Amino acid sequence: MYRYDHYDHALVQARVDQFRDQTRRHLAGELSVDEFRPLRLQNGLYIQRHGPMLRIAVPYGLLSVAQLRKLADVTRRYDRGSGHFTTRQNLQLNWVELPRVPDILAELAQAELHAIQTSGNCIRNVTTDHFAGVAADEIADPRPWAEILRQWSSFHPEFAHLPRKFKIAISGATQDRAAIQVHDLGLQLLLDEAGEPGFRVYAGGGLGRTPLLGQVVREFLPWQHLLTYTEALLRVFNRFGRRDNAYKARLKILVKALGAAEFGRQVEDEWLHMKDGPATLTDAEVARVAAQFAAPDYENLADEDLCHLAHLREDKPFARWVERNVQAHKVAGYAAVTLSLKKPGAAPGDASSEQMEVAADLAARYSFGELRVSHEQNLILADVPKRELYTVWHRAKSAGLASPTVGLLQDLIACPGADFCGLASARSLNVAAAIQERFEDLDYQHDIGELELNISGCINSCGHHHLGGIGILGVDKNGEEWYQLTLGGRQGNTARIGEVIGRAFAAAEVTDAVERLIGVYLATRHGDEAFIDCVDRIGLDAFRSAAYDYPTQTERKTVNA
Amino acid sequence: MHKLQTRQIIKQRRLQDDAWKVVTLVDGEAPFDVCLPVGPLLVPLAVWKAKKACLIHREYEHGTPLGIWLAPEDNPAEIAADIDDFTVIAVHFPKAADGRGYSTARLLRQRYGYDGELRAFGDIGRDQIFYLNRVGFDSFLLGEGRSAEDALNAFDDFPDSYQAAADQVIPLFRRRAA
Ligand code: SF4
Repeated sequence: MYRYDHYDHALVQARVDQFRDQTRRHLAGELSVDEFRPLRLQNGLYIQRHGPMLRIAVPYGLLSVAQLRKLADVTRRYDRGSGHFTTRQNLQLNWVELPRVPDILAELAQAELHAIQTSGNCIRNVTTDHFAGVAADEIADPRPWAEILRQWSSFHPEFAHLPRKFKIAISGATQDRAAIQVHDLGLQLLLDEAGEPGFRVYAGGGLGRTPLLGQVVREFLPWQHLLTYTEALLRVFNRFGRRDNAYKARLKILVKALGAAEFGRQVEDEWLHMKDGPATLTDAEVARVAAQFAAPDYENLADEDLCHLAHLREDKPFARWVERNVQAHKVAGYAAVTLSLKKPGAAPGDASSEQMEVAADLAARYSFGELRVSHEQNLILADVPKRELYTVWHRAKSAGLASPTVGLLQDLIACPGADFCGLASARSLNVAAAIQERFEDLDYQHDIGELELNISGCINSCGHHHLGGIGILGVDKNGEEWYQLTLGGRQGNTARIGEVIGRAFAAAEVTDAVERLIGVYLATRHGDEAFIDCVDRIGLDAFRSAAYDYPTQTERKTVNA
Repeated sequence: MHKLQTRQIIKQRRLQDDAWKVVTLVDGEAPFDVCLPVGPLLVPLAVWKAKKACLIHREYEHGTPLGIWLAPEDNPAEIAADIDDFTVIAVHFPKAADGRGYSTARLLRQRYGYDGELRAFGDIGRDQIFYLNRVGFDSFLLGEGRSAEDALNAFDDFPDSYQAAADQVIPLFRRRAA
């Protein structure tokens, strides 16, 4: 993975010093709350329900063993011994103290980690495919480009006061696992006829109050122009994005207002002035960065390992875990393992300091010293020899990292919601826990099969509920928590925004409603048709009527009265 | 019409006295009706467009240098043709969070080739200086109550920068490779 040179170290260290001074001035009363807010936000620091929350960047989701150990250490010493991995591959600490944040950042900097631009109206952490570099369907490795963009966007002087946040995602595979169509800027790596990489450019995607999919604004951008084109696009956004209403300030609103063609034309106009200028990428720079993502020294292995096959035959729970949590690898004899951060009783994406250490140990021993964070809020060991899978499973299991439920209901995605988040309309963790509990039976879950369920505690949509086969959105009705259900959302190449099925449910009704939706599916599916395909085939109506086919709370009250 | 007070500014990394007055239009006032006080003035774009001849005349007759200020929404292309006439171009930041002026500065410097004094004024202070300087500002009139002395330290907040901007047109990756 990318290692800092003295430039990177000096810049990140300078940022720590700058923020230490800003924090000092704030605590001394020289910087008002309002003046300090944008400064702390651009260093990942929110003021939440319980106090400050620190969002640490995990650039494009990649972590070394040393980095994860550092995160374990920091969560233990500065927080309450756990952290929360988010849908944007970052790590959030919920219990930090403001005066100690500069010390945390200084410690992170030693491990080449930072919290730069993880919030605020600036260019955020670039995300990508958690199987980058190992996926069989990869066209080109997105990580060097993500690192190049990370550097270009860090401390970008022109784009630190944008109308709103700006998120970039890159996919390098034929299957999009980075949700590029719901980012402000989505980049799909492609190869031209000569085998040279370039990008299909999507602009103006995003969830939130107005969920929209990104539109193609350029079919192919040769790699040399990645930075100049992106700079032109950001400049058009910075100058012409709306600033009068925070809900209308994302790029998607500008793209929608102008139309993708006109927006693309304005970007091209701007770009012509910079194209081929000094910011044009060079072979030398791409080679320098790409060299740091070279494949590890894989052993020459047979694709099938006899011991592994024997374990698969004899150990049902192991076989079940392999079926769900082990993914194919492009190198013979290797596999990618998902360490699940989902289980009843713990918030989705939460990992304790001990779990981080176990995951780091596993990576050190079995996966070339690296891990990834997936946007489904799990950890990934990307390069595990198949013969080691049985051992990895045992060790992961004893650390509570082996729920065999990747892609199933228990693997649901949820934001922190009102338990932690100051912006929330309702809790999301209670709903997550109730659903995980209801469907805890593994046979039941495996019978239901693949189903993406996403929960957001408010319309900011951090839980990506619009993209879930079933989406749950917390809303506030006169101080009470209610939940709106959406159906039919999809991620990936066929990304689609789910549709609201009707009026919201009270907290106590949500799990039943979800179960009734699943009931319709179980009764009508054809063979091994997945939930979402069944929704597509029979349409929403059957689901909708089942969801509401019960006495409502008010009716019940009347009956009881 | 009223004038903002002139104060000390930061210019080329030093504190300096400053004589430029900022002319603003009062609500409903027509740009053409503004009367121009003596001395060097920073006029709004609308006044420049309405009274260009008169302002240029002042320069010829009295040697009063020309200055203009741009609001966040003003398009710098509108002064591209006259750009070499100005001794000072100022860009207003009514709120620190409104970052349009950063793009305005880069356009003035890097597209329209302005090499005179480029001044940022409004809701800016020590914590904005580094980026403002990078996009091309070389003079700063800080917001009310901001310490200009303290702000002088901000120019060196970072030892280098990854990306190209007006102050360093060669991005780090080209220098790194060399
Ligand atoms: S979706 Fe809303 S409640 Fe959930 S983390 Fe985002 S802002 Fe907070």
